Parts: sequence; C-alpha cells; structure tokens
Amino acid sequence: MKLLRMTPGKGDVLLAEGDPAVAEDEERLVEEFRRQLDLGMWAAVPHEGPGGSREATMVRDFSEVPLSAERVIFFPQAAGG
Amino acid sequence: MRRRYVRNAGRERRAEQRARDLLRSTAGDEALEVYERFGLLSVENAEYGYLIYPHRPLVAYDAASGELLSEYCVRFRDGSDPEAGERLPDADDVLAKWMALRADEHELIGTANVHPLGRQLDPAMVRRDLTALRQWQK
Repeated sequence: MKLLRMTPGKGDVLLAEGDPAVAEDEERLVEEFRRQLDLGMWAAVPHEGPGGSREATMVRDFSEVPLSAERVIFFPQAAGG
Repeated sequence: MRRRYVRNAGRERRAEQRARDLLRSTAGDEALEVYERFGLLSVENAEYGYLIYPHRPLVAYDAASGELLSEYCVRFRDGSDPEAGERLPDADDVLAKWMALRADEHELIGTANVHPLGRQLDPAMVRRDLTALRQWQK
C-alpha cells in the first residue's frame, strides 16, 4: 500500500509504503495517515466499482482503509471558493 | 527571509505531467482523454451531472435536458510549501474534485459557495463544452 499526497509544484509525492498486514509497516502507515489528517488533508481510496467503473471512497480513519487497497491519496480539505 | 512563490514553468510542467499520470491511474484512460481534449472532467448520474474545471467552479447541469443549473465554488489550497504556491497542478485539482464528488458529493457540495450561473464561467462556453463532450461520448 502506498500513501500519496497531492502537492503544489510537484504533483503526488510518496509519503509511506508498506504491507498493512505486517505489524511494523502498519504502524508506520497508521502514523503517517494520522499525521496527514492532522495537517488538514482529506484521504481517498480509489477502487473499482460495479461493472469495472472507477470510484473513490473517503476515509477518516486508517481502519476504514481496505487491506487490499493499493493507494490512499491525500489532498487538501475543500473550502468554499 | 520569508520564502515566497516564484513561478517556475519547468517545475509546473513536470508536476502537471505527474498529476495526469495519477489522474489516468485513478479515474481511468477515458477520464484522462476527456481532460486532455476538453480541459475538464465530468460526473453524471441519471438526474444531473457536474462539469469539473481546474481551479474553477463545478457547474451542475440537468442530465436529461443539458440545462445548466448553478456554479459550486470549491478550492483545495495547500500552503505547506510557499515556494511552490498554494495551487495543486490542474490535473490534481480536477482529480481531487472528481474523487470528492464520487465519494461524498453532499460533503463537497455542502462546502461549496453556490452561485448563479455566469458568476465565474461564461455560460456560453460551458454549454459548448457540454455539447462537445456529449457528442464525443456518443
């Protein structure tokens, strides 16, 4: 699983990578996940929907991220423009 | 000395290319093609849809008639690196809106400032974009 963050001037950057089934990796992923939410990021998990359509699910806690997820994408919280 | 944003065309071009790669791998090949052809993405259900422009409002429309409805102004600003500015690359901005609409439309729309059509985007341009997109999708 990769944790990616969209950033100005760079595009996405890799924050952390690991296998959430491995305790040491999971700890690192959870720590980075929480850090990003504390910084005000939103987190989305891309996945395939019914019929192969592309979908995304917002997650607010690492426990909501499916173990099979390949990526979690962080981006700044939306504000009224 | 306080760091501030200085435009760097090469850096921004590389960031946009990287963002397009993320768009393709997340929303799919067709979404990337729509973005590269029309400069926008779209999300539509049986009743209504949205056109998603980079760093511009979402525009809602009636799916059956194509009538434009409202502008929804949202932004995703990131001030973590003053030298890079606050704006995501265009392709990241549309992908962020696409993911937020797909995942939790009500939260995103609830955050937006709602304006009548024409506040930021020329309605004639938006109608042309919607018509061209629908013709291409056929």
